[in-house]
Amino acid sequence: MRPAAEALAQNRSLPRSRNLYLVPYMLWMVLFVFAPILLIVYDSLFDVEGAFTFSNYVHFFTPVYMKMTFSSFWYAFLITAFSLLVGYPAAYLLTKTKHKQLWLLLIILPSWINLLLKTYAFIGLFGTYGAANAILKTIGIGQQQILFTDFSFIFVSVYIFIPFMILPVFNALEEMNPSLIDASRDLGASPWTTFRRVIFPLTINGVKSGCQAVFIPALSLFMITRLIAGSRIITLGTAIEQHFLVTQDWGMGATIAVFLILAMAIIMVLTGTRGRTRR
Amino acid sequence: MSSKFKVSHLYLWLVFIILYAPILYLAYYSFNSGETMHGFEGFTWHWYREVFADTRLLIILMNTIVIALFSSVISTILGVIGAIAIHRLRKLQNQNALLSLNNVLIVSPDVIIGASFLILFTMLGIKLGFASVLISHIAFSVPIVVIMVLPKLKEMSPTLLDAARDLGATEWDVLGKVVLPFIKSGIFAGFFMALTYSLDDFAVTFFVTGNGFTTLSVEIYSRARQGVSLSINALSTLIFLFTLALVVGYYMISRRGQNNSAGRKGRAVDWKVPNE
Repeated sequence: MRPAAEALAQNRSLPRSRNLYLVPYMLWMVLFVFAPILLIVYDSLFDVEGAFTFSNYVHFFTPVYMKMTFSSFWYAFLITAFSLLVGYPAAYLLTKTKHKQLWLLLIILPSWINLLLKTYAFIGLFGTYGAANAILKTIGIGQQQILFTDFSFIFVSVYIFIPFMILPVFNALEEMNPSLIDASRDLGASPWTTFRRVIFPLTINGVKSGCQAVFIPALSLFMITRLIAGSRIITLGTAIEQHFLVTQDWGMGATIAVFLILAMAIIMVLTGTRGRTRR
Repeated sequence: MSSKFKVSHLYLWLVFIILYAPILYLAYYSFNSGETMHGFEGFTWHWYREVFADTRLLIILMNTIVIALFSSVISTILGVIGAIAIHRLRKLQNQNALLSLNNVLIVSPDVIIGASFLILFTMLGIKLGFASVLISHIAFSVPIVVIMVLPKLKEMSPTLLDAARDLGATEWDVLGKVVLPFIKSGIFAGFFMALTYSLDDFAVTFFVTGNGFTTLSVEIYSRARQGVSLSINALSTLIFLFTLALVVGYYMISRRGQNNSAGRKGRAVDWKVPNE
């Protein structure tokens, strides 16, 4: 009986002071985490005139909104895929360089520059007389309309998100035990087999959190669509912004937001909830 | 072997060039005496002079900095309190539950945060402007601070606290003389992140800013929609240099902190989360 009694005594000796720190923190959480989500759901049940209705939800399932949702997902998918395609090799090669932390810093640095400034730069770069067209002219392709196309939208988005793909992949590659690669080589695997069977599976968590870090924001972009795609591409984010700040139809905006939250939750479950916090 | 080596270097260089090209392009044309971002006509400081002569822009810049400083100080305090609150919970299960709620605002898209805060402020009757922008910046910075501080608290050995209490330290002494100094690097990192988040934020601010109040990114957005003006280039160049200085400074601090807490190698800096 003695160990138990001792444990009990020890337990009593621990300061029994209540966790007063919880008070301000929980207050913050109730006001800015719970209330906003509840308010979004609440607002989605009212139409423009302020009458209680489910019509917003009925509206959401009409072809107009369905098409928008699918195209939003399609663009987000493309942006994520290209980010991975460019980012994975870059992260891999980074781990092979000398001074890799410095190089990583240089890769991450542009992500600290205000997003709008970078987007604005592309208006100049991709403009009719911009640098991109000058290059196209000299190599003989001739002037093209680059701004306000799908290409420019996806290019700029990938540009913006690429550091957020490289970083988690880089971390995953760094955590990998290098002797596993040696072992794979010793056992006669080709570099491609080593990559496919050893390296990629071991870094899958980094890839997942990278995809998560790109896909969710890509669903909700709105300033890039406005500035670079000339409002031609409508994502869920653009639609929400439009409903809240332009047409003032908060109910419909909130309904789209509810579905965006649902989509987000599903993606988080699919890619595992860990990851985004470890950056 | 050597040819493969070169190809890989070429690829990395290409990524670097593409990442920096737009920023350098902006900076280059900020010295253009012409009016556009093509056809460099001659060198001039004109656009920089225009930035410094533009009182409206300078007021906006001040707003942005004031909001960033206030919100990061307040959110750092709240975040540290939150981290201690989570750390003090006995059950790991409760800790994890609170932590996942904490992360809701980090993973939420900015549009959602912006829209929901707009509804919240309207419902509470808070006028859109300085107050609403400040409150939202505090709100979305708190969880980041919590995440930066919590690992430091976990590193702290509980015997350290017991020792302090055995030696007769009050709860207040323990906090001020033991806990806070121990988690100092986490607090700095959290403050820095909150600062850059606030300086960088566009989407949330765009939703909750009223007619009279503007921050830099909102202003750049509205100017960019009207077309190209090289004074934006000059301004961006200045911001770029400022960011560069900030990041290098932070890098130094975090490296020093790293050397102090030896044994935890690897991840040099906990970089920020995307913020669109």
